[in-house]
Amino acid sequence: MSACDNCLRRSALIAALAPHIERARRNHRHIAELLALGDGDLLDALAGGRRDELERAQATFDPTSARERIAGAGLEAVCRHDASYPPRLRQAADAAAVLHVAGDRARLNALAGGDAPAVAVVGARRAGPDSLEVARGLGRGLAAAGVTVVSGMALGIDSAAHAGALEVGGPTLAVLASGADVPYPPSKRGLYRAIVKTQAAVSEMPPGFRPFRWCFPARNRTIAGLASLTIVVEAAERSGSLITAELAQDLGRAVGAVPGAVTDARASGSNALLRDGALVIRHAQDALDEALGIGVATALAGPRAQELEDSLRALLRRVENGCDTVSDLAATPGEAQSAMAGLAELELLGFLRRGPGGRYVRCS
Amino acid sequence: MLSRVSTFAIDGFASRRVSVEVDLRTGLPAFTIVGRGDASVRESRERVHAALLNSGFAFPQRRITVNLAPAHLRKVGPGFDLATACGVLAASEQIPSPALEHWAVFGELGLGGEVRRCRGVLAVAEGTRRAGIAGLIVPRECAREAALVDDVAVAGVSSLQQVAALLRGGMIPELPALAPDATRVAPAEQPDLADVRGHTAPIRALTIAAAGAHNLLLSGPPGTGKTMLAARLPSVLPPLTRAEAIAVTRIHSIAGQYVGQELVQRRPLRAPHHTISPSGLVGGGMVPSPGEASLAHHGVLFLDELSEFSRSALEALRQPLEDGVVAIVRGQRTVMFPTRFQLVASTNPCPCGQAGSSRCHCTEGDMARHRRKLSGPLLDRMDLLVPMPRPRSEQLHGAPTTTSAQVLASVLEARERQAFRLAGTGLLTNAALTPRLMREHVRAQPDALACLRGAYERGTLSARGHQRLLRVARTIADLEASDRVHLKHVKEALGMRQEDVVDGAQAA
Repeated sequence: MSACDNCLRRSALIAALAPHIERARRNHRHIAELLALGDGDLLDALAGGRRDELERAQATFDPTSARERIAGAGLEAVCRHDASYPPRLRQAADAAAVLHVAGDRARLNALAGGDAPAVAVVGARRAGPDSLEVARGLGRGLAAAGVTVVSGMALGIDSAAHAGALEVGGPTLAVLASGADVPYPPSKRGLYRAIVKTQAAVSEMPPGFRPFRWCFPARNRTIAGLASLTIVVEAAERSGSLITAELAQDLGRAVGAVPGAVTDARASGSNALLRDGALVIRHAQDALDEALGIGVATALAGPRAQELEDSLRALLRRVENGCDTVSDLAATPGEAQSAMAGLAELELLGFLRRGPGGRYVRCS
Repeated sequence: MLSRVSTFAIDGFASRRVSVEVDLRTGLPAFTIVGRGDASVRESRERVHAALLNSGFAFPQRRITVNLAPAHLRKVGPGFDLATACGVLAASEQIPSPALEHWAVFGELGLGGEVRRCRGVLAVAEGTRRAGIAGLIVPRECAREAALVDDVAVAGVSSLQQVAALLRGGMIPELPALAPDATRVAPAEQPDLADVRGHTAPIRALTIAAAGAHNLLLSGPPGTGKTMLAARLPSVLPPLTRAEAIAVTRIHSIAGQYVGQELVQRRPLRAPHHTISPSGLVGGGMVPSPGEASLAHHGVLFLDELSEFSRSALEALRQPLEDGVVAIVRGQRTVMFPTRFQLVASTNPCPCGQAGSSRCHCTEGDMARHRRKLSGPLLDRMDLLVPMPRPRSEQLHGAPTTTSAQVLASVLEARERQAFRLAGTGLLTNAALTPRLMREHVRAQPDALACLRGAYERGTLSARGHQRLLRVARTIADLEASDRVHLKHVKEALGMRQEDVVDGAQAA
């Protein structure tokens, strides 16, 4: 079974209209509203002088060759009328007609089927090392409990969440703004390969498609639709992650945010969400309690600080309290020697991770 | 009449004996110099002519042919003036020819007959000794430099007349007196580690780098003292041995950068600007001259802002780093310059330099680009990758962390231990250990190796980092006078290797 002709035609229309939608975006049109329009209304709203041409293309659309292109790119197409189409996403009126899947349909079923819990973890592309570590920890904790981690594979928080899930070999689903066969951003090629190898990446755009700017908020509506809970890890005032949170709210899904320092501009958006009543997410356990019900799953127990020997525990506590470089921890080269060895040990044990600029970050 | 005078031509790092043959015969008065001289050798005719007349000698009105033999060697510089003048004087019997057999002559002439200083006198003096010539006549200003070589009688002269008097059987003029402490830097003016506040980790890294001759990469925001720290590395390195000091003095003399009267005492520190060209870095030019890498021979080459250096310049450093010598090929000839230096480099952790703090404006893409620029030929050869964050204000106003003297003491001990262990291999330091020798000499405890394996499997260490880390761990063990490499040594070495290992799972 594959995508039906109508859905494929719709998908082709959106791709053909992509530059027009981009123009509309610049004129402050609401992308989700546009994409919820029917074919005729969409053409009315956007096509302008090219209307006739596009209508002809619609009339002569050849679903067979579209299917061949999709198969040729190594993808599978799943449309709204397909049993494999994620049921949560189907609830959204404006959701994509066709999902192109890199991976395969069985994996998509396992990752986003009716009984597969899924949580979206999204956030800033430019995030602080601590937030990246939180996102990674969420990815790890959720995936280890069998909850699919849905995100957009963007730089920063998104990738960290995927990487965390992959670390425990757990379920994770990447939703791309480009075609599902195009790793975007290109620097995340390695992550894309790792995801497609064992998990899945999906996109509503046809194979080979290079994203316009409007595709990112459009992608966000798919992320929000796939997940029962959307967590914003770190978002500034006008962040795309806030769009995802808003879309999730519109769908009646739960929204959570990780609190940040009130003085940190990079966390002002996520803090504002909390002010507006979003759930406070401190760690994977909070997310699991919300997604599955309180007490249903226990987050993967990290290494336990209580079991460390005293000197290492003291060192860890000092790092947690902000003395996070070796020079801060040691007053003499002799002390630096033992601090360095201790930090390396804590890193090997999984308590710490090296951040940029020689700072050590506590793993969550 | 024919006369012969011995002198020397600077050929790369060494000097080669050149015989200046002067032939006088009847014919129309003429003065020709043959034997592949450059422009300054050709102009030498005018200087010699004027100097002879102005010193009260006669300039023979004959046909004068000067040949600089061997004819295939390219001769550069004004150092042949004095030898040519002596040759003309001897051929015209104004001075006795036989006296010239015992002397080599080297120096530039002024029009008034005064003898001026030249580059490369030390190399010339060494050549004189090698050639078995008893004495060397050099400009008075360079006499001290020439006298650094034993077994050669050095006559420092200031005028052509003095040379003639000497060759007629006069006394050898005494060496000029040492200017009191003119060349010695007062100890207080030498940079000392006591000037550094905080930075315990980088100082520890510097100690290890000094002890094992490891290459060091410091990364930190601008203004944290990376350059300051690198400038203090020579102060914790073992003093130059006499042979090393002569090599350093010779190369600086050839490059015209030596102004002292004694052997160079301190290990050189060279910090070229990042706009330097490949030939500026490793040597080159029409007439090959030593580059910064050779000037840092037996010392420290400091590359500030490593990522800003041109890729071709860094590529050019590969051979010198590996072989300790650079070969420059010009035409049919190859010139070798020694380049046994210790490399210290610094870099910003990210393009804006503030990585890790909330002031950093770099995106992940910027960081990735920055990393890509850094990686490659040189990063492979860095043993210690150490972050250098901004010190806190209380550290800035605190007491000095340590002093160079303290560090030097432990470095010397560790070096001695290495030299003892490596006796017979021709190597002196852990950094030079080959994989084969490592198996034999590192002697790591099983739990230390297990820890290393764990780090590798966990992805915090790359394959190339693995070997370098063992060498560093060996040096740390040497600093502690430990015969074997224990777990704690490996752990500390792990802390000194901040590398970004990017793989699928760690792509974020």
